[in-house]
Order: sequence, then structure tokens, then C-alpha cells
Amino acid sequence: MNGRRYFEIRNDSTPAETGNIPVIDYPLFREEVTAMLNREDCHCLNYFCHPVEAGLRFICCIADDSSGLIRIFSHEKGDDDSALQSLTPSCSAMHIFEREIHERHGVRFEGHPWLKPVRYPSYRADKLSVMNNYQFYTMAGEALHEVGVGPVHAGVIEPGHFRFTCNGEEVLHLEIQLGYQHRGVESLFTETGDGLRRVLLSESIAGDTAVGHGLAHAQLVESLAGFNPPGSLQVERCIALELERIAVHIGDTAALCTDVAYQLGQVACEALRTMVINTTQFWCGNRFGKGLIRPGGSNYPLTEEITVEILRVLEEVERRFGNIVSCIYTLPSVLGRFEETGTLTRQQALAVGAVGMAARTCGIPRDTRATHPFQYYRQTVINPVLQERGDVMSRGMLRAMEVKESVKIIRGLTGEWSKMKKETERPRYDLGFRPGSLAVSVVEGWRGEICHVAVTDINGRLVHYRIKDPSLHNWMALALAVRNQEISDFPVCNKSFNLSYCGNDL
Amino acid sequence: MRKELRILSDHGLQYVPDLRNQPVSERFRGRPVITAGGAPSRIKAAAALCPAGAIDKHSGSLDLGKCVFCNECALNFPEIFRFTNDYRIAASKREDLVVKPGNNGSPGFDGKAVRQEVRRLFKRSLKLRQVSAGGDNSCEMELNAAGNVNFDMGRYGIEFVASPRHADGIVITGPVSENMAEALEITYKATPSPKVIILCGTDAISGGLFAGSPAIKRDFIEKHHVDLFVPGNPAHPLTFINGLMDMLGI
Repeated sequence: MNGRRYFEIRNDSTPAETGNIPVIDYPLFREEVTAMLNREDCHCLNYFCHPVEAGLRFICCIADDSSGLIRIFSHEKGDDDSALQSLTPSCSAMHIFEREIHERHGVRFEGHPWLKPVRYPSYRADKLSVMNNYQFYTMAGEALHEVGVGPVHAGVIEPGHFRFTCNGEEVLHLEIQLGYQHRGVESLFTETGDGLRRVLLSESIAGDTAVGHGLAHAQLVESLAGFNPPGSLQVERCIALELERIAVHIGDTAALCTDVAYQLGQVACEALRTMVINTTQFWCGNRFGKGLIRPGGSNYPLTEEITVEILRVLEEVERRFGNIVSCIYTLPSVLGRFEETGTLTRQQALAVGAVGMAARTCGIPRDTRATHPFQYYRQTVINPVLQERGDVMSRGMLRAMEVKESVKIIRGLTGEWSKMKKETERPRYDLGFRPGSLAVSVVEGWRGEICHVAVTDINGRLVHYRIKDPSLHNWMALALAVRNQEISDFPVCNKSFNLSYCGNDL
Repeated sequence: MRKELRILSDHGLQYVPDLRNQPVSERFRGRPVITAGGAPSRIKAAAALCPAGAIDKHSGSLDLGKCVFCNECALNFPEIFRFTNDYRIAASKREDLVVKPGNNGSPGFDGKAVRQEVRRLFKRSLKLRQVSAGGDNSCEMELNAAGNVNFDMGRYGIEFVASPRHADGIVITGPVSENMAEALEITYKATPSPKVIILCGTDAISGGLFAGSPAIKRDFIEKHHVDLFVPGNPAHPLTFINGLMDMLGI
């Protein structure tokens, strides 16, 4: 019976035929989705809608972490002005998706507490809604004041606006305004028929996650084409993804030290990050791994020489990083700033649908490498690193532990690789897509779960492309974590999450 | 204390002594070399392949202001295109980013095109404000790296400052999103004159892959004089610092 309510697929596998996805009535959809999302081991990968002849078709992909299946639910709405009963009051994590749908298509969601714009895209339904006339949430009170920061920040970072409502030094509420980085990435994917151009776009969704988003795209394209990457290529991709994770985590540790004026930690980590990204450059010519991940093959297949270099560098990095980490996280002046600062509770993390690091620091084992494995992670044992306290300290420690774990994973993978037949071929930019299909691709980037969804028409043409960076969920986690904190702790809280602006704004 | 000393001794000397001649890996894609006399049909095919429209289908020249350094032209047409690891590719004029076929295809840095007051006033101290306007955070991270323990551009008195009021110029990354256009304009106005404008990365120079997107608004770039173009995807810290050194005459 369940077969008629949803369609089930697995990550990095055969796509769904759009005709096989049952379209159910909205009340039933609501009931089913709510029931699933109230389970802790389920969360929404993506919920979006696209125009069809008779109106709008809604697609909701829910990841079931226990079974490793992705359930696709669907409902349709006519072209009328009728409202839908919002899912947000019963599953608050859906707030962001409903806001996005509202912003893009003008769909009204009855009972949604706050349909705040997500990114002010060029294709928004209400062209009168612009950043400059947005009314921020305000609180009244003689002792209260507001602090506005951004979009241009003091550091060299991406733009976003933060509006704090404070009582003295204490933050009562933080509202985050994003959208400054909107470049119209999703539309560019469907406007072009050039496979190479799409690959390059995917590497630019968030340049700090070029490998993560590049892999999510390559995997999606291969799934639509029915192409099975050979083992050697799968291993190479996993190594690249772990190298990216190691580099960013070490860089973030440096940034955390900067914010609490611990210079030794900062400079030591900066130098180690340089070593890691220069190794990526040694492999593919680019420090961020741009050019490395391609559908169908690789322009830079792994070689014996490169694996030797990777292992040599990682051995040194692991040892030195271990030393500096033991200094950072025992130093009283650092602990004083990190411990019990910017705490996100487990309950809050579940409520906002936090993914990746933000979830794992609250004891929620969301790691799609383990739960929805892709590429060679299917054959690899992944032990998600967990922390329990949800504060800046936990987020710092999690990074330190994940670096260690990733080094271990790479060692294992290079061992596997050396025994394998090397079958990595040149990339394919001309892969034909299965017609009338919907493919979902999930990758655990260093921030967390990246999800790309694509829909093809009856001619196998790409007609819809949707990207979700983990930041989309996690920005709200940051807003909650800084409540009742001193405003001077905001930088260190922000750094500890290190969320993507362009990944949110697209 | 012993632990800290061990970290310092492990850390050693990280500083790149000669930023002009730092070896970078073979595969790094810097200045391209284009062989003269390539078959017209091959040049045309390369131009059609280029996802950024950087290759001229008639002359075979390659515009580094549009190039996203994907290397596909060199991989598919190796007899014509080759990327060297020469990272000194910044230019003072937009047209100097166009690399022509032949041994002397790169115009190089034209110091004469730099405004005189730029060198006179900023040679020994240049404070910059960075504005990311749709940048993908890779250029931003490389700009941060330009000031780190390895590249240390601070040795020349060059650094990023927190406010445009303290700055001598702005460094723009990203294709300039419409939603960021006004903030960019305001930041520029808040910077005291005389001031420089530096475009960092292919996205900033030409819009890159995002040129033509309805979410991009490049009026600012079109109406102002740009002092330095730093190509790359992202621009390497060495490219950025060498570009500044060329501009300032260091």
C-alpha cells in the first residue's frame, strides 16, 4: 500500500521515473510527511515545486537514515490562488523550504509563522519585495537596542546582513538577512546544454566546497545517464572529498584561534592548511580541487606518485595538527571563550533540521557517508564523529576529531586503490540522460549534506535543477545559538559554524 | 611551554622568501602559451569547446579575463594550447589579459598604464577593503591567504582593513550580483580619494560563467576605471601579490 503514497530510491543509484512518483492529495501528503519527519532518523533533503501544465508539482525528498532509503512524496496544486496548510507548525524544519517555495512561486502557506524571503532571487514571484524595503523583526523596550552588521564585513568574507536586538551586551535575537550573493546558479544549469559548463558551475556553487558540490553534480549526471563509475574513480573521489574536509577543518581551527587572539594556534594551523591544499594543487593544479571532479572519469587520475605525496603530507599534518590541537583545547584562555559559548541544544538542532557538523555536535548522528553512502563509502566503514554539548568547543573538537578520522579514511582508501584495477577514463560531458526522470544526489561535504536534484523531460533534457547546500538548514541554527550570548561572542560563534553565503543564495 | 616550543620548531620558517620566484607545482594553471599557426578548424573547435567563451575562433587568442582555467583546451588541443605554471598574470589594462598565439603572445604587465599617483602614494603602504559581490568564497579565501604566514603580503605594507574609511582602495571578487550592487557602490564612495579598484578573479573581471545571468549587475565595473586585473579561478595568492607589486612598482 505504501508504494502508492511515495516512491523509494537510494542515493547514488537509479533515478525515479517521474511517472512512477505517486501524486497524492495534499492532506494525505501532509499527514505522511509530518509522520515521517517526526522521527529523529528522518529529515527533509529537499522540498520544492516546479510548474507543470495544470499548475505546480511539489516534490519532497525525505531521507530515512535507518534504512538508507530516500522517499519521494509529491502533490499538485492548480494554478489558482488557494493556500496550502503549512507544514511548519508541526515540523519546524520545513520552514525554510516553504519560504523558498513562497518566494519563488508566490504559493501561500496558511499557518506558516514567518514567510521571510530566503534570497531575493531574480525570478522571485513578488518583484516588489526588495532587500531595501524589508521590515526586520523588532522588539520594543527602553533598554533594547539594535546592532546592524554587514553586508560588507570587517573581514574578507562573503556578504550577509546580521541584525541583532540586544539588551546591553546580551543578544536577545539575531535575524540573518541573506541573498546578496544570488547569482542565479540553478537557472544557468538548465539554460545550457553544455555538460562541461554545468560541471564548472557546480564547482562554483560554493568555491570552498568545489569537490563536494562537484561530486554531487557528477553523481547526479551519472545517475541520470546510467553510468557506473569504476571502483578506482570512486575511490579517487572519496579521497578528494576527505582532503577537502581536512583542509577546511584545519583552516577553520586557525580562524577560531584568530577570533580569540591565540596566535600560535592560528599560524600553525594556517601553515598546515597550506600544506594540504598545496597537495590538492599538486594533484589537479588547483588548491580548491577545481578541475578534479568530472562526470564519467577524470582529467587527473590518481597515480602512485600522488598517493605517496598525499600520505607523506598527511602523516606530517596529522602529527603536527595533533600537537597544536592539544595546546588549543587545553589552554584556559581559549577554553574560557569556547566552552558553553553559542550552545545549540539537541532539541533546537532537530527543530531546525540541522545537518552535518551542526547536527553531529549535538549528538545527532547525521552523516550521509554512513547513512546514505555514495561512491566508495559504500564499501568503507564510516564512524560518524559525535559531540554532545553543541557549543563552540564541541564544534572545534569535532573538527579536530574529523581530521583524524579523515586521515584514517584516506589511508584505508589509498590501500584499496593500490590493489585495484585502474579503470579511470577521460571525463564525459556528453552523457545522455534518461527521459522523464527525477534523480537525487546526496554528498557529505565538509559542512554537511549537499543535495542536488534534477528532473528531465520526455526528451531527456534537463528541465529543473535544484541545489541545497547544508547551510540552508544551518543558518537558523546559528541564529538560535547566539541567543542570550554576549554580542562580542558572535564572531567566534559564526566562525564555529562557518556557513556558506553563496551556497544559500545560489 | 614545552609543547608550544615543539610546535614552533615543527612550524619552522613558513615564509616564502621570494614571492617573485616561488616554485609552484607543475600542474598549476597560470599563463597559457598558444602555438602560432594552429589549424583553423582546430582553433574553431577549441573556441566551441571553451565553456567561458574565452577563445577567439578566428585568431585563437585566449582571454584570461574570461578563462576559468578548466584546462579543457589544453587537454583536447595540446598542439595549440598549453598552460604554464607562471603565476604572474595580472595586468594593468583589460586588453593585456588577451594572450595571442606565438612566443611573445603575452603582453605582460604594462607599468606605464598605472596612474602615477598610485605609485607615488601607495608604494610603501596600501590598505585595501575587500568587497565580495557574488564571489564563491574561493577568491576570498585566497585573499585571506595572501596575508597569512606563508605569503605575508604585509611585508610590503599591504593589508586588508576593516573599514572603507581606512582604505586606499577596494578589491572586488565575484561577478557583482544585483543584490550586492548598491552595497558595492556605497563602499566605494566611503573610501577616501585617491583610491584604486582591483578586480580579483575571472568572475569579477568579466562575470565569468555568470556573465549574462539576470541576477548580475555590472554597471559599477563598467563605469569606473580599474587599476588592476587579477585573473584566476580563484586567483592564486602569488598572482594577487605579484600583481600588486607590479602595480606599485615594488
